[in-house]
Amino acid sequence: MTSLDTPPLAIVEENIPNARRRWRGERTTRIRGVRAGTWVYIGLGVVAASAIFPYYWSFLIGSGTASTINDPNMSWIPGGNFIANALSVVNDSAVNFWVALWNSIFSSTVIAASVVVFSTLAGWAFAKLRFRGRGWLLAFIVATLAVPTQLGVVPLYILFADLGWTGNIGAIIIPALTSAFGVFWMTQYLSQSVPDELIEAARVDGASMIRTFWTIGVVAARPAAAMLFLFTFVGAWNNFFWPFIVLDRQSPTLPVALSLLQSNYFVDYSIVLAGVLLATIPLLILFAFAGKQLVNGIMAGAVKG
Amino acid sequence: MSRWDLKLSPYLYISPFFLLFAIVGLFPIAFTAVISFQEWDLVRNSGEFVGFDQYIWILGQPQFWTALRNTFSIFLLSSVPQLILALFIAAMLDRNIRAKTFWRMSVLLPFVMAPVAVALIFSNMFGDNHGLVNGILTDLGLNPIPWHKDPFWSHIAIATMVNFRWTGYNALILLAAMQAVPREYYEAATVDGANAFRQFWSITLPSLRPTLIFVIITATIGGLQIFDEPRMFDNTGEGGPAQQWLTITLYLYNIGWGEFNFGRAAALAWILFLIILAIGLINLLITRRVVRDEGGRGEIAPRRRKGIRR
Repeated sequence: MTSLDTPPLAIVEENIPNARRRWRGERTTRIRGVRAGTWVYIGLGVVAASAIFPYYWSFLIGSGTASTINDPNMSWIPGGNFIANALSVVNDSAVNFWVALWNSIFSSTVIAASVVVFSTLAGWAFAKLRFRGRGWLLAFIVATLAVPTQLGVVPLYILFADLGWTGNIGAIIIPALTSAFGVFWMTQYLSQSVPDELIEAARVDGASMIRTFWTIGVVAARPAAAMLFLFTFVGAWNNFFWPFIVLDRQSPTLPVALSLLQSNYFVDYSIVLAGVLLATIPLLILFAFAGKQLVNGIMAGAVKG
Repeated sequence: MSRWDLKLSPYLYISPFFLLFAIVGLFPIAFTAVISFQEWDLVRNSGEFVGFDQYIWILGQPQFWTALRNTFSIFLLSSVPQLILALFIAAMLDRNIRAKTFWRMSVLLPFVMAPVAVALIFSNMFGDNHGLVNGILTDLGLNPIPWHKDPFWSHIAIATMVNFRWTGYNALILLAAMQAVPREYYEAATVDGANAFRQFWSITLPSLRPTLIFVIITATIGGLQIFDEPRMFDNTGEGGPAQQWLTITLYLYNIGWGEFNFGRAAALAWILFLIILAIGLINLLITRRVVRDEGGRGEIAPRRRKGIRR
């Protein structure tokens, strides 16, 4: 069960900070040295505005009252009820907001950390070690990327129901502990960023395999590992289908709690949208600090023509 | 000792992944196939073999065909405009702009919002009576649109949610591919007097082909599994009173966890997988053709070079 919807195919190292630099450094400014025209900025401004607008809209409704949404002459200036609405989300016993927040933080962190560890280990082996079955095992991993989540949910549900784990946060952590995409990502990165001579030199010096992995592999993998962590974290945080199936009202994650919010207050959109914004704030904070890395990660993972 | 280390280590490194993957990835896939041939008994927690009955049942349901149609409709309505928009955004970001990081980040902002949250905000905006969009339409003197009644318009609304979240993401992937196009091509074209649009059409777009195909494939796999947005489009989650926006995964959820019929849900899961596989193969065939075209790019390039001399 990969938590990322669209895995990029290959890694291009110049988009990864600290990766070896190539000759392309200055090319962008040369031929198109002419600064972009005003229309480019207008276009980008429109795109940025439409990216921000839904956030603003949810604040606008979320800071109003139950009747705001029905008001035909609604003001574009936020009302003063956001904190009150947010509090009624937080204090709603049916939503279990704090439990959901903790579940989301805990599960996403554990999932992302585990995916990074296992992917780095396996990626190192696939990228730099020679062993029988390497080629087809890797091909097999890549092939599983096309398998939809839905194919596993029925037996997993039966399994976890058997164990009495439905409603338990473990039921969403365990199936997500590994990621085929993660292994592929680390393999791509490590095979491009670590020269074979470096490993040979370490071997000649008498370093064991685990020492080579630790001193060369882990150190080299750090930038790609950071991005994999970010992507897995965001994916796990926003994941809905499986948590919605296996978790219950007592112990939801944030997206599941949001879905409960709608069934509770289907008329009071001011509370629903206050809850939406409240549940999005943690990821907005993450984005403020790591958005640049997220951008680099996406661009690094693209296929180039 | 050292030789053992050399032989054994690779397997030690990949074994944690494969062990876990076998338990939570491979075993469920195989077991889904087994369950799909059974009438699953929830109380005894075991099944009775019924052959292809579950598959036949699913294929005989009008809801299944409605869901299939809806899934493809929403997928097309989201992926086509999304890709076109993403191309234009990428082309703008590829210009020599100030504050590159700022623009790239603002384009990616929707990506961090959970699909459930996106769905809640947009189903509010697309409210039939007091929604923002219908409010604007009536202000302009137009008729309000029945976003939740009409199948087509409900698909548009759901596709808009998908587009909001993924356009910027795809734009960044396309931007990365654009930046890999050798700048000499543009130099030559500029010398030739080709304008920006012509350069985009004749140089950028052909170079993006492999990336475009990759984006199309991933959008297809994701699009055929769409669940969050249609589930949250109203508060019942049934896909609309007349299944206007019922999708395959939503249907699977309703069979599996609404009616608790796991045999049928498993059969539907396999049908969905086979559909994705079929489309994947079609994609592969197209990719092969395009790759052959890519090989022919060598013929196009000299022609371009000749163009400079002219």
